[in-house]
Amino acid sequence: MSNQVAIAEGLFTWPSAKPALLGSRCKQCGIASFPAAESCMACSGQDVAIEELPGRGTLWTWTVQQFMPKTPYKSDETAETFKPYGVGYLELPGGVRVEGRLTENDPQKLHIGMEMDVVFETYRTEANGDEVISFFFKPVA
Amino acid sequence: MDVAIVGIGMHPFGRTPSRSGLQQGAYAARLALQDAGIEWRDIQFAFGGSASSGSADALVNELGLTGIPFINVANGCATGGSSLISAFNAIKSGEYDIGMVSGFDKHDRGAFNADPKELGIGEWYGEVGMMMTTQFFAMKIQKYMHDYGISTDTLAKVSEKAFINGSKNPNAWRREPVSVEEIANSTMVNNPLTKFMFCSPAEGGVALVLCRADHATRYTDTPVYLKAATMKSRRFGSFEVFAPSQALQQVDGPTVDASKAAFEMAGAGPKDMDVMQLQDTEVGAEIMHMAENGFCAHGEQEALIQSGATHIGGSMPINTDGGCLANGEPIGASGLRQVYENVLQLRGQAGEHQVPGDPKLAYTHVYGAPGISAVTILQR
Repeated sequence: MSNQVAIAEGLFTWPSAKPALLGSRCKQCGIASFPAAESCMACSGQDVAIEELPGRGTLWTWTVQQFMPKTPYKSDETAETFKPYGVGYLELPGGVRVEGRLTENDPQKLHIGMEMDVVFETYRTEANGDEVISFFFKPVA
Repeated sequence: MDVAIVGIGMHPFGRTPSRSGLQQGAYAARLALQDAGIEWRDIQFAFGGSASSGSADALVNELGLTGIPFINVANGCATGGSSLISAFNAIKSGEYDIGMVSGFDKHDRGAFNADPKELGIGEWYGEVGMMMTTQFFAMKIQKYMHDYGISTDTLAKVSEKAFINGSKNPNAWRREPVSVEEIANSTMVNNPLTKFMFCSPAEGGVALVLCRADHATRYTDTPVYLKAATMKSRRFGSFEVFAPSQALQQVDGPTVDASKAAFEMAGAGPKDMDVMQLQDTEVGAEIMHMAENGFCAHGEQEALIQSGATHIGGSMPINTDGGCLANGEPIGASGLRQVYENVLQLRGQAGEHQVPGDPKLAYTHVYGAPGISAVTILQR
């Protein structure tokens, strides 16, 4: 089996049987942030705790990226194999609105307010065979 | 100490293969000096900005080494506005009598590719394809259309107006009108925004000569006074570009804050403005900025735009020179282009794109990454 690595350290619990996004919450004002930060953007407090964010939320807004971005975009697609991808903000109850790629790219199937799950899937495969795992938002079936 | 604008110069926007960005900046600077009837050696200080054509202060190599302080300014799309505020404050403080603000740029074709590291964001954000200003604008107008009932036809009408105004402006890049159908049916870039609903990176240069107001008539018969120049960054809770997450409770963005501060400084309100230039890097931005700057309530844009109110000759003329949509965006020069246009309007020198009725007060607004805004109010 190939090696599965997280796209960035500290974004989500990994490896894990039930991975979750990791945010930080300010102990002073209670505001949450993603990714986890060492200080609070709301009140400038520095006493923050890392917590797992909820795995289901509602789509706050969205778009579909129809052309392949330039660097720093790093997938294993080429201009020929590029597929448009959805991007949106998922409102997580009690947490924050997190921006992420959507597994759905059909504008007809996306609408504000729909329920979505946070899922963790292979984003690209490195030359050495490592699978790079990232988070995505997937419509609730 | 009040501040006046007594000289303006502009290098046409668009593509000029024969001149570097710096040379376009120098071209604009020489025109501004000529307009004020002075020489470069009369300038006591300068602020300038360029995002991709080297340091603005390299202009002294073109214009002459006179020993003045020339300070480089970098604030993304709000660079020009930030340079202008710096010059405004330098004169208001009493430190200087006369100075120059310069902005120029020359960008490659295609969307800007920003580096997440420069904004303190992890590299993963760019790798997965979210380091795109176009996505932010698309998501912001998507939400706005949902909340306030703006139609896709209204989106296209904003571009239609921009290209009509551009066709009347000899300094604009896009000088051919484009039909609403062609705009709406052009390639989808980021839903709901099509190719002809976005501005493109471009080239150009603008320079302004500013002086203390009590000296203004030494240089011009038609001084224009800078009644307000404000700049704000985002507060916690506003929805901004390049934000991996945002707060559940929302507050007003930097545009609202900069606008309120400017009206207060000028002692005037939105209804007093006769002509306005609002950041229109895409059509949704112009629509939302109308309300964020106080010119209408959220949702009223649909009827205003459909009725033609935002055209030259309408009750609320917006982006009379074609805006970013028809001029493209050379980052360093873009905000100063708006001020250039308003000076022309207040002097009555805007030719085919002149608004009728002898305008007296004019408004500019820019917005930039990662959530900043600058506003000016000019008065004849």
